[in-house]
Amino acid sequence: MSKVAIIGGGIVGVATAYELAKLGEDVVLFEKSYFGSGSTFRCATGIRAQFTDEANIRLMKYSIERWEKLEEELGFDINFRQTGYLFLATSEEEVEAFKANIKLQNRFGVPTRLIDMDEAKEIVLILNTEPFLAGAWNPKDGKANPFKTLFAYLFRAKEMGVDAREQVEVVGLEREGDEITAVKFRSRGKVERVKVDAVLNATNAWAPVINEMAGLKRDIVPIKACKHQLVKTEPLERGQAEPLVCPPSWNDAYIIQDGEDGGIICGAGIEHEAKSLDDVEPTYDFLRGVLRYALMIAPPLRYAHVIRQWAGFYAKTPDSNPAIGKLLENFYIAAGFSGHGFMMAPAVARAIAELIAKGRSKVPLDWDWYDPYRFERGELRTSAFQIG
Amino acid sequence: MSDGMVIVCRCNDVTAEEIEELIDSGVTDIEEIKRLLRVGMGPCQGRTCMPIVISILARKTGRKPEDIPLPRARVPVRPVRAGVLAGGDDE
Repeated sequence: MSKVAIIGGGIVGVATAYELAKLGEDVVLFEKSYFGSGSTFRCATGIRAQFTDEANIRLMKYSIERWEKLEEELGFDINFRQTGYLFLATSEEEVEAFKANIKLQNRFGVPTRLIDMDEAKEIVLILNTEPFLAGAWNPKDGKANPFKTLFAYLFRAKEMGVDAREQVEVVGLEREGDEITAVKFRSRGKVERVKVDAVLNATNAWAPVINEMAGLKRDIVPIKACKHQLVKTEPLERGQAEPLVCPPSWNDAYIIQDGEDGGIICGAGIEHEAKSLDDVEPTYDFLRGVLRYALMIAPPLRYAHVIRQWAGFYAKTPDSNPAIGKLLENFYIAAGFSGHGFMMAPAVARAIAELIAKGRSKVPLDWDWYDPYRFERGELRTSAFQIG
Repeated sequence: MSDGMVIVCRCNDVTAEEIEELIDSGVTDIEEIKRLLRVGMGPCQGRTCMPIVISILARKTGRKPEDIPLPRARVPVRPVRAGVLAGGDDE
């Protein structure tokens, strides 16, 4: 049994702690604030396999298969529901692009299909069909409760002996040659250290800070914190807009009915560079902008009251694909999820845990595609299809 | 005091017993309690429930209420119609 330190108590770190404990490893996890405080607890809850490249489609197909079994495996209600994703086309060119994507997704077993607006209206009762020509619909996509999912993983991980610490900040890594030998952390004002056999950097937007502690170039994996925001309405009757509905050509704007209380969550690609890693201040231009799109997608929403607006980070890499793999002999990274960490976590956690514990993984994760050194080599992937 | 019927969060129907149970299970961060039970995430923004949640948390963990930071209040301060915020709707 080896000692593995995980830095970052978001969904990726916590799920990996669980998977490593299942493989018999001795895990200590450090979260500098409260669990989920980075990106996980600020996400829009969506889970989809509708990507536009083989690596992300295959990874998400596997991840959704994990999601389907997660509630039973973790013994906790995580409110995973396959209510689908509906992308909407506004031009003939876009319909053709949808068809090509659908063909690719079908090839890897994702059952997306092109639907007409009559069918779309049956799926999304409050949809304004007039601006749209067709939709790409995958009923297997869905959503889950990020708070409950993280704690479901955390409770099981703790039961298996994971030492999960919050409000404990990692302040340094000790390195000998190509190996990290110890982690230094601050707990209640006191700096302590623990000897480790392996370390995972699962800090997403904060990953460059940790990479620098490992003696690597800060931007060996260039991750930028981009502020993305969401607005939510008061609870509405269920079934008005259960799927995530998104016309990508409208600045990636989308709506999705919250699986918990039925409020409508509204997002859009109105992005701001974060002033700092503490900058989660909502902005007025977003509130106004996102609602204009939301009301065009679903006009009846004009009568719904907005009750909340908040911000979080897309930890973005230059190609919007995460960096997953090995940076040093025993120093690993799973970060830079660019808005897809929550949906990918069940697959990525298992893959990286197997890599750390056994040196290889059965998860269909394309290690070359997500290679953390690709930026250093100047080999960008095609951009992962990203919305909001 | 609580028989499971003392409602603390009226927006989301959360009882004192549910809050105490969660704290007993080891979740003692106000931000986590808020999100798991959805206290303070409804239209009132926690005006009614948060002081009570904090007093329960303080009592059960032996902390002083003033040492427990209030979760950040979200905009808008009061619910506002989406049509008004988007512009072009003066109702």
